[in-house]
Amino acid sequence: MSFRTLKAVSGRRSRPAGGVEETVRLGPPRLLRSAGFRFAVLFAAMFTSAAMILMAVFWWATSGALVRQTDAAIRADAIALTERWREAQRLGLIEAIEERLAEDMAGEAIYLLVEAETGRRLAGNLDAWPPGVPQEGGPWFLARVPHDGTPTDARFYLVNLPDLRLLIGRDETERERLQGMLTEGLIWASGAVVAFALLGAWLMRQALERRMRPAFATIAAIADGNLASRVALSGRGDEFDRLAATMNVMLDRIGTLMAGVRGVSDAIAHDLRTPIARARAKLEEALASAPEGTATKEETLRAAVEQGIADLDNISRIFQALLRIAEAEAGARRAAFARFDLPQVLADAAELYEATAEAREQSLTTDLPRRLDLVGDRDLLLQAVANLLDNAIKFTPPGGAVLLSARATEGWVEIAVSDDGPGLAPEDRVHAGERFFRADRSRGTPGSGLGLSLVQAVASLHGGELRLEDAAPGREPPGLRATLRLPLP
Amino acid sequence: MRILLVEDDAEVARFVRKGLQEAGHTVEHAANGRDGLFLAASEQFDVLVLDRMLPGGVDGVRLVETLRSQGHRAPVLFLSALSAVDERVKGLKAGGDDYLVKPFAFAELLARVEALGRRPAVDAPATRLKVADLEIDLLSRTVSRAGRRIEVQPREFQLLEHLMRHAGQVVTRTMLLEKVWDYHFDPQTNVIDVHVSRLRQKVDKGFDRPLIHTVRNAGYMIRAEP
Repeated sequence: MSFRTLKAVSGRRSRPAGGVEETVRLGPPRLLRSAGFRFAVLFAAMFTSAAMILMAVFWWATSGALVRQTDAAIRADAIALTERWREAQRLGLIEAIEERLAEDMAGEAIYLLVEAETGRRLAGNLDAWPPGVPQEGGPWFLARVPHDGTPTDARFYLVNLPDLRLLIGRDETERERLQGMLTEGLIWASGAVVAFALLGAWLMRQALERRMRPAFATIAAIADGNLASRVALSGRGDEFDRLAATMNVMLDRIGTLMAGVRGVSDAIAHDLRTPIARARAKLEEALASAPEGTATKEETLRAAVEQGIADLDNISRIFQALLRIAEAEAGARRAAFARFDLPQVLADAAELYEATAEAREQSLTTDLPRRLDLVGDRDLLLQAVANLLDNAIKFTPPGGAVLLSARATEGWVEIAVSDDGPGLAPEDRVHAGERFFRADRSRGTPGSGLGLSLVQAVASLHGGELRLEDAAPGREPPGLRATLRLPLP
Repeated sequence: MRILLVEDDAEVARFVRKGLQEAGHTVEHAANGRDGLFLAASEQFDVLVLDRMLPGGVDGVRLVETLRSQGHRAPVLFLSALSAVDERVKGLKAGGDDYLVKPFAFAELLARVEALGRRPAVDAPATRLKVADLEIDLLSRTVSRAGRRIEVQPREFQLLEHLMRHAGQVVTRTMLLEKVWDYHFDPQTNVIDVHVSRLRQKVDKGFDRPLIHTVRNAGYMIRAEP
């Protein structure tokens, strides 16, 4: 079997990477290197060995049993005849042999009784001492003797009496025939076993390859730049499906990371250009329109430069916020998770904003549990809560109240910031977490439209969510209640 | 102060150097890590200002690690375009004393360099700090001005303590956020201003001579002279 070298998949050409055309080997690997082949060979070997053991047992139980049965019968006969000789001497023995031969319908029994010294035949159905059988020793012998006129394989047992030699035998023709049939059957069966083993191995290898193919195809597609490609599941829920599902989760994760990067570049393209263009226009205008009178000119230019620096600082701040959001969304900071005391962090945040609220004649109150451990990124959570407080204070009129509360409910902790502001229209709530989204009502207030995006990103980084609802439904204005719901460790 | 600046970007280096010289400091400049390490190891400096990413095999972190392993203790300020929290932690762990993300306002850099260069001597732990007639007791954590006791909240005390430890120096808003509140991000509205103005209400109101001054485009300073 040879492997094919495919240039990625389908008709699209793979993009050259660094000038070198990248190729992806898609076809099956060389036979001996193939894991499928090795599994298949292992399978065939196991299957064949099992079958061989089975056949050996079968052989022992059938053919072996026949032999043992014949031997037992001969031995019993020998004991009986020896007994008879003891009781009735030579004549009795001759009589017993004659009797047995007369009774033997199947014609399997062979006897020969001779005088030990002269070798004279006294009884039995053999004419002479068979050539292959010695006079002494044994007692078991195999020999070919003429029986009923035809040469026959027989099994003999030699009994030496004081002046007699008795040979007891059984015709083996029937047993040999049975054994022959059995052997033939087993040979055929072995052939079938090997054939099945090979077929099974081949099928196994095919199945393995078929199950791996979607994963290969997906990886090749990804390598070609089609990041949306996912491994198709068979629905069986087996190891391959689990592997495929794990791969898909990994690919989703990479996709999210890529989307984060793309999100930032989009944001840079769309939303940083605007303030940059504005700053540039202002500077240019100042340069062009500054009157030639020295004092005024200098003043105008100075003001424009100061404004330009402020604009740049603002752009830099937006940039920083975008990077933070991307950092949280990418989940890269999950490695830095640690256990911390949540109420302490919340109290710190409230303390930082309390002075601002007071300066705007608002009251900022907290309702926090004594102690509540959370595992997460303290800095990011602090910033998320700070953003919520910042929003609440910004939108609450003088005299209003802002409440920061936290409580644990089975498995979750809810950090909520409620305000007395105008609230958020239900249709705007869905968009509140999007970058640069600003509700119509908030356009007059300062802000970048990134605050809630960060809160949302921090929530999902911790496996939680951000909920926005009316703080006091039915009241006018309803106020906004932003709840950060995070799972407890 | 004698300051070593290791920065590969010529424009940034020129701007920082000029600014520091105008503020009355002597500045040596190296454009790569190798030269920077050589200078830092062979001469005495009060503060090192290092770019985090430098050409020439020796980056800012390596430079500091090498210096510290040789026993050099000069305070180090990192300048970096890497803003991720981990990067800041990495820089400080390597032996840096402060971390400033690019782009920065020069006033911010100057304030931080001066704060690093004039750190109080370790062998004389002060128990009282005094600026003109304003006095704070670090043990009993009390504040008094002209003999009159002023009640402050714990955080206000920390704020005042930080300003007084750097009396005569500019302390920027981000420095206060980092050192007093342990916040390492930029809050959208200027929460610090409100805290300082509240402190100012308590410390300066009713006295002829204000001690807490706002330095335009930079931050705050506590000083005796008007």
